[in-house]
Amino acid sequence: MTSAAELTIDGVPLKQRLKRTELRQKLKALGLVLPLFIFIIFSFVMPIGTLLMNSFVDPGIRNLLPATVEALVEWDGKDLPPESAFAAFVADIKINQQNGTVPLLGKRLNYEISGIRSKIQNAAKKIEKLDQPPFKSAVIAMEPMLANTSTWVIIQRGHSIFTPNYLLNALDLKLDEAGQVVAMPEDRAIYKSIYLRTLLISLTVTLATLVLGYPVAWLLANLPTRTANLLLIFVLLPFWTSLLVRTTAWFVLLQDNGAMNEFLIALGVTNEPLKLIFSRFGTIVAMTHIQLPFTLLPIYSVMKTISPSYMRAARSLGAGPTYAFVKVYMPQTLPGIAAGCLLTFILCLGYYITPALVGGPTDQMVSGVIADAMNRDLNWGKASALGAILLGATIILYLVYDRLVGIDNVKLG
Amino acid sequence: MSLPTYATTTEKLSYWGVRIFSALVLLFLIAPILVIMPLSFNPEPYFSYPLSGISLRWYEEFFLSERWLFAIKNSMIIAIATTIVSTFLGTLAALGLTMARIPGRPLIMSVLISPLIVPVIISAVGMFFFYARLGMTGSFVGIILAHSVLATPFVIITVTATLSGFDRSLLRAGASLGAKPQTVFFQIMLPLILPGVISGALFAFVTSFDEVVVVLFIAGPDQRTLPRQMFSGIREMISPTITAAATVLIVLSVAMLASLEMLRRRNERLRGIKS
Repeated sequence: MTSAAELTIDGVPLKQRLKRTELRQKLKALGLVLPLFIFIIFSFVMPIGTLLMNSFVDPGIRNLLPATVEALVEWDGKDLPPESAFAAFVADIKINQQNGTVPLLGKRLNYEISGIRSKIQNAAKKIEKLDQPPFKSAVIAMEPMLANTSTWVIIQRGHSIFTPNYLLNALDLKLDEAGQVVAMPEDRAIYKSIYLRTLLISLTVTLATLVLGYPVAWLLANLPTRTANLLLIFVLLPFWTSLLVRTTAWFVLLQDNGAMNEFLIALGVTNEPLKLIFSRFGTIVAMTHIQLPFTLLPIYSVMKTISPSYMRAARSLGAGPTYAFVKVYMPQTLPGIAAGCLLTFILCLGYYITPALVGGPTDQMVSGVIADAMNRDLNWGKASALGAILLGATIILYLVYDRLVGIDNVKLG
Repeated sequence: MSLPTYATTTEKLSYWGVRIFSALVLLFLIAPILVIMPLSFNPEPYFSYPLSGISLRWYEEFFLSERWLFAIKNSMIIAIATTIVSTFLGTLAALGLTMARIPGRPLIMSVLISPLIVPVIISAVGMFFFYARLGMTGSFVGIILAHSVLATPFVIITVTATLSGFDRSLLRAGASLGAKPQTVFFQIMLPLILPGVISGALFAFVTSFDEVVVVLFIAGPDQRTLPRQMFSGIREMISPTITAAATVLIVLSVAMLASLEMLRRRNERLRGIKS
């Protein structure tokens, strides 16, 4: 008897029938997932895509100086551009002057040529009065920066809406006049220190949560369930309290005349209030407090599965308590340590609210610099490039996390 | 747990050492919350002890002033709408994800969970760019969409976890007894997975109710939420009303923790009947 001969009640081969049912089931499942998938693509993936695009697409110069970039296409970049390019430039500037977009142009050019902003604005006022050629000599005489070949090279590059500059700058690199990638001069290379600071703060916090969390996790895992569950409330309550609320609490506690300083003075640790808030110390204490449950809970759940007989066996075989703990117990907790620490580290990299509220104003992490680029400098390209780099780092670490722990194993307490 | 009789000096030392250390760490965890609550009853506008009396001054400001009431109202509107959207979409997707082997499931799952992993500042800036193009910044719709994105991963995780313990033969039993698919779903499946769905909904509500970064970037003055108000309360005016606001939010978290625990127990009890 072959399987083809097995027929269902309506005469269709069983195999075929089963396949059809399975397919229908699959389509039904897909139909259930699809609404959310489309929703996430639209309201999340596309916004992130826009951010990534903004990090290397910038039609600013092309939009503001359309005739100039067109006239510069053929220019070889060696000597100053020809008269025709200057004529186009004068025409473009006049249009900008009429539309009131000169400040925008100044700001955009200033990203790449520092100090040109005010000069462009001054020059624009003079250029407005120029109505007769030769424009080249008049413009050069007007503003020495416009007599620089390098300025025109930058404008020429604006012909393409793609620019590597934001991403390069965010890595402390730049394009030189010949189009080669070179290191940013020392005084303008500011991002390296921001990344290092972000990494250092994240590492310190991760380590602090491990050192503080490990013994507590061990105790909780080895106490009778009732007591452990009771003590677990101490961990879970702050875990469920919002990040903003806990940051607020630390903001209040760490004030110069706040509870923490009163406590330290009462203890006799110090005679006068210490500078706790708006400092690296404040950021690290508050972040450690907020992240501690994230490190502790995965370690705790791993420790709970470790049978006490391993330790007893090690001891009965003659190992001392320290030796048995380090050689037998600790290796078994490594998965928990990896999961907890990696999660905390990933989350730390993206911290914004806490450093912004209790950290030093000059001690911001990457997220804070992104927020400043958006709100203060209004430099979207810079914000996007920094965001793209932070996103890249997060995704790489996340893939490691997924390998080690698995996204399906993310638990919420 | 007590010390075995063969314990060495090292063990006795570490036994007490770990206990004392852990007590201090637990104190560190709970202290900020315990310290800020009494301060909200301080009659003086300071953040320091000892209190000179007990006053409801800051609660009055919180619950009665135009500014804070407006923020509370906005937060409620946004959080409730977010809860509805994300619980509905998230539960459907979780049902789909556990129902059959969908091709490309790991990829789909990563996309659906990704809002949880991407640093919120990146989401906020990206949403600002994209929603601004569509004219959705400074609107309730924009914030509700954004918050729903951030909240759905929690719904998916909790509901998927509940579904993984769900016995599918119950569905077949229902169907074989003649129940229609929708009857099976509403009469058998939904009541059993409801604890998971409700805890997902609670997570969604709290996610939205606590969220400040996205609001900072895409909300207009008309959508000023409670966390947004707290943020400026800290940054711009350092008003002690933030201690009252924080206390109210802490009480809310305690309530949530208690409900989650209750749901977990109910879930366990329901499974207990089954086995």
